[in-house]
Amino acid sequence: MVAVQSRLDRLVRPTFGRHLLFALGAAVVLLLLSSQIGAYDDYNLTAVAIFAVAAAGLNLLTGLNGQLSLGHGALMAIGAYTASLLLKDHHQFPVIVVLLAAVLSTGVIGIGFGYAAARLRGPYLAGATLTLAVAIPQVATRYKSIFGGESGLTVAPSSPPDWLGADFPPERWLAWIAFAAAIVTMVLLANLLRGAPGRAFKAVRDNEAAAALAGINVARTQVLAFVVSAACAGLAGALLAYWTGVTAPAGFTLALSLQLITAIVIGGLGSLAGAVWGSLVLVFVPLLTSGMASRLSLPSSVADNLPLAIYGGILVIAMLVAPHGIQGALRRILAYGRARWGNTPGGGQKGVVDWDDPAPDT
Amino acid sequence: MSRFFVLTLNGVTQGAIYAAMALALVMIWRATKVINFAQGAMAMFTTYLAVFAIEHGTPYWVGFLVALVSGLLLGAIVERVIVRPVESAPALNVVILTLGLLLFLEALAPMAFGGQIRSFPPAFSIVGLRLGTSQVPFSPFDLFTLGSVVAVMLLLLVLFQKTDLGLRMRASAFNPEVSRLLGIRVGRMLTLGWALATLVGALAGVLIAPSLLLYPTFMDDVLVFGFTGAVLGGLDSAVGAVVGGLLMGFALTYVGGYFGSDLETVGALVILIAVLMVRPSGLFSVQRVRQV
Repeated sequence: MVAVQSRLDRLVRPTFGRHLLFALGAAVVLLLLSSQIGAYDDYNLTAVAIFAVAAAGLNLLTGLNGQLSLGHGALMAIGAYTASLLLKDHHQFPVIVVLLAAVLSTGVIGIGFGYAAARLRGPYLAGATLTLAVAIPQVATRYKSIFGGESGLTVAPSSPPDWLGADFPPERWLAWIAFAAAIVTMVLLANLLRGAPGRAFKAVRDNEAAAALAGINVARTQVLAFVVSAACAGLAGALLAYWTGVTAPAGFTLALSLQLITAIVIGGLGSLAGAVWGSLVLVFVPLLTSGMASRLSLPSSVADNLPLAIYGGILVIAMLVAPHGIQGALRRILAYGRARWGNTPGGGQKGVVDWDDPAPDT
Repeated sequence: MSRFFVLTLNGVTQGAIYAAMALALVMIWRATKVINFAQGAMAMFTTYLAVFAIEHGTPYWVGFLVALVSGLLLGAIVERVIVRPVESAPALNVVILTLGLLLFLEALAPMAFGGQIRSFPPAFSIVGLRLGTSQVPFSPFDLFTLGSVVAVMLLLLVLFQKTDLGLRMRASAFNPEVSRLLGIRVGRMLTLGWALATLVGALAGVLIAPSLLLYPTFMDDVLVFGFTGAVLGGLDSAVGAVVGGLLMGFALTYVGGYFGSDLETVGALVILIAVLMVRPSGLFSVQRVRQV
């Protein structure tokens, strides 16, 4: 009876299969899309995928586990420098090796910092990660002989394999790499979150004492969340190194960490899909504002800083009026629709502005 | 003169500034239980206003006053307009709010005042004082820095310990509900607390600007050092914040002097992690800390 029940369950909720199907669908759509659009759009979509990887990792930590990190920009720097050091002096390591090395190095550092972070709460954790964000770029500046100082390290691009033809655009090849990385990351994270670790993350976020009483090892759960999150940041950092072609301290300022926070707040805290929405905003807001700035012929000091001012404004306004972000708003609309058409009882309370309110993840 | 002595004297001045930043953070933490991560950015902005005034031909002192008064106003406005509505929201939301403010101000400053890096004039000579025949590495401006931080701290001490207003502010921070029942306008006390804290932060900004250059993120490091100082002293203690800030001043000038100034933030990170691991409640706090 039990066996039948569990098999039935697996048929009704084939989570892994559904995720895989979704991933395949996304891969096909992205492949078709990337071949239809020009190199410039491929370049921008690559950035979306890169930010999505980092933001998804951060959202796992902040949205689902309740640990706010202001240091994910610095963790991306660690991934980027790992990749750049491997690719220094024209070493031709395969992309997959470089990416895995970045994941590994950031993950190891994540273990160390995660152990420290697991003992910290709220403002202490935010402050410690803030310090990390400010310190890491200065380390890169200090040790010039290794990290290249202010001017950084140049990264050899990954050239498309021969079977794609000689005139295959390198932008599209990089876009494919980034899409693949993003899809793999999303599937792995989605499975992690659907399973016991995901439930443990949320239990710890919502009430540590209750989670501990339920037999969850709170500290280990928090370290796990930090390590997974750091590994995502490392992967994104390595991809970013390929994307920009140069890894320099100026690329990994505190503003980068804050942009990632903006992405997950805009997209919706605690939602993987939200990370994608937020990343779209991060890539396309600067494009829109630079277009607007050149049309209005604004000075460069205004044009360059407009996106950051907008993000800052969005963060403040979002916390005041819509802490659940785009994905939260979509979810509320869906819930409203379901309530309206009588499928299931209506979703969350209206006007709830409490993100600790356990919203269902996607 | 030994290098250690020189660095120690520098450490006093730096420490006074970090102490001011730490005190600003602690004042807001005690009033609203929020770490105001925008504290550095707010001080940066008021410093820009000061340099704007000075560049338009006003004397240094007018610029100095502009910074302090605009700090007072900025703090009050921020508390009243954007922090008050999220008073009862989860702590994380409020932290994210202050981060948004940080990002906004750091982008607004170059938009409003131009993106170029500026220098900020000191009020007094930065050449070392003469003691008899030898020159000590302590300038009149260092003396002014130290003096104004000490003066502001003494004024705050008098305000909080000796006046009725200070008592009401302390009561509001200690227990808002009971204070309200006793007829204290808690909201106004919070606004005043933020205003005063931002003034102290603004003071740190104008005092450190001559030795750093002025650019939108120039206070990020100072915020980190102030925060570390505040944690070192135990976030709840004003005296602790001042002592913690001073200790940070010494520690970081030694790190900077012996290992290179780029490593000061790494030094702060090491100190912060060490304190949080060994004595998370800080040196001066009596609050019990949870163990995981």
